[in-house]
Amino acid sequence: MNGLFCGVLAGLRHIGKLTIDGIWRLGFITRFMVAVLLASGQSLTRLHLTIRELYFSGVLSLLIITVSGLFVGLVLGLQGYDILQRYGSADAVGVMVALSLLRELGPVIAALLFASRAGSAITAEIGLMKATEQLKAMDMMAVNPIARVVAPRFWGGVLSMPLLAALFSAMGIFGGWLITVVVIGVDDGAFWSQMQAAVEFDYDVLNGVIKSFVFGTVVSLIAVFEGYDCDPTAEGVSRAITRTVVTSALAILALDFVLTSFMFRG
Amino acid sequence: MATVAEHDAPLVSLRDVRFAYGERPVLRGIDLSVHRGQVVAIMGGSGCGKTTLLRLIGGQLKATAGVVEVDGRDVGTLRGVDLYAMRRRMGMLFQFGALFTDMSVFDNVAFPLREHTDLPSSMIRDLVLMKLQAVGLRGAAALRPGELSGGMARRVALARAVALDPMLILYDEPFAGLDPISLGIIGKLIRRLNDALGASSVMVTHDVHESLEIVDYIYFVSEGRIVAQGTPDEIRASTDPFVHQFVHAEADGPVPFHYPAPPIDSLLGGGAL
Repeated sequence: MNGLFCGVLAGLRHIGKLTIDGIWRLGFITRFMVAVLLASGQSLTRLHLTIRELYFSGVLSLLIITVSGLFVGLVLGLQGYDILQRYGSADAVGVMVALSLLRELGPVIAALLFASRAGSAITAEIGLMKATEQLKAMDMMAVNPIARVVAPRFWGGVLSMPLLAALFSAMGIFGGWLITVVVIGVDDGAFWSQMQAAVEFDYDVLNGVIKSFVFGTVVSLIAVFEGYDCDPTAEGVSRAITRTVVTSALAILALDFVLTSFMFRG
Repeated sequence: MATVAEHDAPLVSLRDVRFAYGERPVLRGIDLSVHRGQVVAIMGGSGCGKTTLLRLIGGQLKATAGVVEVDGRDVGTLRGVDLYAMRRRMGMLFQFGALFTDMSVFDNVAFPLREHTDLPSSMIRDLVLMKLQAVGLRGAAALRPGELSGGMARRVALARAVALDPMLILYDEPFAGLDPISLGIIGKLIRRLNDALGASSVMVTHDVHESLEIVDYIYFVSEGRIVAQGTPDEIRASTDPFVHQFVHAEADGPVPFHYPAPPIDSLLGGGAL
């Protein structure tokens, strides 16, 4: 009995420790974000630093984003047509494809892809710079590594995420059109006109953009923080990369639920 | 060798400096000074706290007690802009160079100039080429750090450390992992650059013989304290048991060969560890 009691107590203690550690980490990441924002002046005045990161996290993610968007659209078109034609409203497939992409799938899947493609790369780069003392060397040269290395990568991510999500949605709609109109033979005019009538810019498109902006901020922050905070060893860097991908994915999905419940309550 | 005027205030002075990582004391009261123009070596076994000393001088760490002064200012109290203003006048060579791997050799050396000056690019180019010429690597300007040998990377890092003509150059294990030729080259460069720039240098190392050739003064650190000091001639002639063990690389002496443990007799035959 005594042993059982001790076991339960140890379990509770463990949960308590995990909770306290989690809250500490949340505090660290918040302070880190404030530091990044305060040191962001340079990423704006020396725009080429940020543009370079826009290229690395944005332009180099174009392939994965466009191809994935296309395939997601193709699948959405097939499934949507299959369900809608049972109710005789196959013409509405354009609306379904567009709304599901603009409101949910575009921002969410693009952010998940962005976290694994660009987020992991940012963490790895900053982590390795830390492990090889490049960040310390910069600091000793009186150059603030948060301003010079971290802030441009953060802003590069924040700015490229909404653009990538928009491109993902556009490719998805194109994929939906390709499969339903060109292959299956849904009426072209109905596909587009119903979409035009049902999709509201202020409501559907704008909320999607807000979502992708939030996801971009969160993923970029997690990526730069994990890199900056990692143990400066090979193992530490690899664990930081894993944490970036896992934490970003969880944060994206959880935040998506919160945002959706505020934005689309009908 | 630089002459040392006794009345000159030292450029770097540490007075009763103590430092601890959490509960574990690393430095237990260090007094040392570096005069202008001098090259000073801080020696000691691995993990004796000598790299910590260098970090205290560079302001990367704050002493738990005592004063670290560089050019008359207490580094421990400097923050933000003031600390960076001080560091602009310091150069530091990291153990493995810490070159920026996403830039060429040229851009690495140009980095501090581009960050801290508004010089036109033609002048930056000339300055970088002069610094690279000084370390003998002008021909390697277009290479990436990954294409350099360990010794060459260290020389590029040295050129970068002196790019802004610092008053104080800090070296963290400049000889670690180098072949004898590269080691000799780095040693000569440290001395030559120090004298040409009119700077002062602090070097943390455990390479006794190379150091004795090029430095003006040596401090031996063990278990967080200065246990011996002197000019190279005094060190060579020293009868101090620690210095003798260190200079002659003896396995046992004041620094024991064995990590503290109970006598082996008590453990053999099944005794608890």
